Amino acid sequence: MTAENIIGKSVPRKEGRDKVTGAARYIDDMSLPGMLYGATVRSQIPRGVIKKISFDPQFDWSDFVTVTAKDIPGKNCIALIGDDQPCLAEGMVNHPEEPILLLAHANPRLVRKAVDAVLIEYEPLPPVFTIEESERCSHVIWGADNIFKTFLIAKGDLDGIWSKADYIVEGEYFTGAQEQLYIENNGVIAAFDAEQGITLWGSLQCPYYIHKALMALCGLPEDKVRVVQMETGGAFGGKEDYPSIIAGHASLLAMKAGRPVKIIYDRLEDMTATTKRHPSRTRHRTAVGKDGKILGGEIDFTIDGGAYATLSSVVLSRGTIHAGGPYYWPSVRILSKAVATSTPPHGAFRGFGAPQSLFAMERHMDRIAQAVGLSPVEIRRRNFLQPSQSTTTEQTIREEIDLGKLLDRALELSDYTAKKARFAQENIASPIKKGIGIAAFLHGAGFTGSGERYLASVVGVEGCADGGVSVLASSTEFGQGTNTVLCQIAAEALNLPYEDVRITQPDTNQVPNSGPTVASRTAMIVGNLVRSAALGIRQTLIAEGILGASYSPAEFRAACRKHMSEHGELRSFARYQAPEGVFWDDQKYRGEAYAAFGWAVYVAEVAVDLSTYSARVEDFVALQEVGRVLHPVLAQGQIAGGVAQGIGFALYEKVVWQNGRMQNGQMTNYIMPTSADLPQIRVFFEEMGNIHGAYGAKGIGELPMDGPAPAIVNAIEDALGTRFDSIPLLPEDIFEAVSAAGER
Amino acid sequence: MSESSNHRDKCEVSLTVNGEPKTVRVYPMERLLDVLRHELGLTGSKEGCGEGECGSCSVLMNGQLVNSCLIPALQVAGANLTTIEGVAEGPQLSALQAAFLEAGGAQCGICTPGMILSASHLLHKKPNPTLDDIREGLSGNLCRCTGYMQIFDAVMRAARRGNSA
Repeated sequence: MTAENIIGKSVPRKEGRDKVTGAARYIDDMSLPGMLYGATVRSQIPRGVIKKISFDPQFDWSDFVTVTAKDIPGKNCIALIGDDQPCLAEGMVNHPEEPILLLAHANPRLVRKAVDAVLIEYEPLPPVFTIEESERCSHVIWGADNIFKTFLIAKGDLDGIWSKADYIVEGEYFTGAQEQLYIENNGVIAAFDAEQGITLWGSLQCPYYIHKALMALCGLPEDKVRVVQMETGGAFGGKEDYPSIIAGHASLLAMKAGRPVKIIYDRLEDMTATTKRHPSRTRHRTAVGKDGKILGGEIDFTIDGGAYATLSSVVLSRGTIHAGGPYYWPSVRILSKAVATSTPPHGAFRGFGAPQSLFAMERHMDRIAQAVGLSPVEIRRRNFLQPSQSTTTEQTIREEIDLGKLLDRALELSDYTAKKARFAQENIASPIKKGIGIAAFLHGAGFTGSGERYLASVVGVEGCADGGVSVLASSTEFGQGTNTVLCQIAAEALNLPYEDVRITQPDTNQVPNSGPTVASRTAMIVGNLVRSAALGIRQTLIAEGILGASYSPAEFRAACRKHMSEHGELRSFARYQAPEGVFWDDQKYRGEAYAAFGWAVYVAEVAVDLSTYSARVEDFVALQEVGRVLHPVLAQGQIAGGVAQGIGFALYEKVVWQNGRMQNGQMTNYIMPTSADLPQIRVFFEEMGNIHGAYGAKGIGELPMDGPAPAIVNAIEDALGTRFDSIPLLPEDIFEAVSAAGER
Repeated sequence: MSESSNHRDKCEVSLTVNGEPKTVRVYPMERLLDVLRHELGLTGSKEGCGEGECGSCSVLMNGQLVNSCLIPALQVAGANLTTIEGVAEGPQLSALQAAFLEAGGAQCGICTPGMILSASHLLHKKPNPTLDDIREGLSGNLCRCTGYMQIFDAVMRAARRGNSA
């Protein structure tokens, strides 16, 4: 395969063969000589003072390694943004399942039994479980006021708007916690020796996050911490921040034991102790003219961060910036905050705050349509952002996006108009009520605001002895196709066959820091750096006079081999540089929030059976504009997978809380969609070039998580005529709302 | 691993795995999944939930699809097992494996071994499955990445090529 048809072609996934033969090596497939198995003793209560830790005298504690906060050589914290989360609780616990003490033993069965033989006595303190309780501040559990972070976006003159409004539409919307539910649980192996320091292998998204966290925790210099990513069995954000914790635990045990330590969570521990999507509450108050145009509005967006700050400030940031949806707001005031509760910290999950605030926005658009007396289609069409208009952060849209056209195509693909009319007719006599709903939305690609500038990511490309090249990046593969897409980009840049390009396993001793694999940034930001680094290799060979300006793959391989044999290595690195003229004000939260946006219109068709009150999605159209599609099969897979998670978010996945602890932490009682539950998810792309990304690509990974829930709930409301403001909507929730509406 | 496995002595169990006769010394109630992974070094079978919900540990036992996390070692005495390691013929991928690769049926890959064995079992029973047959047939194997669409496509492609392995 030659270069000109690599971008846009569905080449085989780089690590695909190993995955279909079972040869791919995940963390639990690895073991080291003399390895011990670690386990975690966790808090049984939501909040309190640890009075006493004792060890059951009946239990044989010989050959056990025990670690408490006192054994921590460095700082007892998980270094991330703030340093408020301890690695091991010291004196006080702030949420159920908080790690207190670590155990390791050569026998994995014994170590699990030993966990129950550690007895902890507490003096309970009053916990806080909801956003409302946290806001009331009757118990202050974090800082001075239970607030981790607030943002304010203010645009235009909002105060003058209300008197001019023909309609003022209010609404309050809620989304629940959601478990990432990667099929491979969290797991790591740590090894320590005085010479090399810590080596950590694991299932993870961000090798350099862990590198930073282990340096602080273990008190080790940069060159004494090495982090290696194993094949990773799904992540979805759930392996962005949490792996720093389990990696810290295994490292502490390995340092004390002087032997390698493996910690693999079982499903129950993974679900009850690790992060989930932040629950949210969004309030809208919108001033609308009689033509249906939004004049301005107030949006109050609040998320539940759990017991420690962790990533909540950045999740909140993205949710806040996306709260206004793909619409033009002449004036707006968006106030947002992340509050503390006595639950395990909520964390990153695909979409990162945007699915929450966009659920509210897209439900609210249907509410505005009803108030004004326009259709859900027309209300959106009249308010869509147009090129040269500005977003809520006053970012001018420079892309040639035409959302009206996107909407028209989605309506056509879903046969929206005919179906809507037909369902209204057929529903009259049928016990199965059908409905159809729309969601229009956007998703910013890359880190917010000045984030990419601070990250200053670096990517390398190096020559190999056989004349091929290898990509050096800390960007990880966990199903999305990182390996494949980055190799495609290097192959295209160098005019090489795809087979001549490989990617080096992410290992902090081998690869530069290309930033975390999050925020839909890999294809767009890292991809561009791969391209620059690859072009650097070509320039080197040409400048040396061993490669002509135009060359065949065989000539490149020969030149690369020649350079390698003479110099031993051939490497080129590229560092991120912010595009010129991009302005972002971190204080006022104003300016260019993202280098590019993905845009989408989704249409969901649902059927609600009034004998069971279960809602089923019967057809789903996902149409998006994500710039150039680099690999159609991978791109389709990203969208269909995200839509399936969005359907779960809307209709299936409910975390049942009791005293701050998840009660249904198993796959038997926390239900994700199976193959029998999903409709045909029909995926379509509009392609439009993007000036920032590699070969015109924009971000894609998170976008499909944003739209399904509001489209589905809008469809359910269309089917039943009952108002729904909260997800997830399980049959009992639908029954309750319908019954309540009947009584009114 | 079952708690009760501590309380009894290990015993010898003979079985056939991917066509090869094997004898292992294991606790009678040890999970087949652990026997495969730890005793036989066949780490292609994965643990996702440990309670028979996710299907990542699916293997074929005497031609039947089972969750190896639910099968005690004693029960496999004399059985004929196929794991993911036994699906390809040497370097040659089976039609299903090749179709998974082409169609995007494997993303993170952790459910893939179980999914391929489940699909293989389905195609043995129904060489020309409808889409509904596939939806139903694979509903015991959870995939969090793909939304299943490309897995359906992979199974359809393999069926069209008439090779169910």
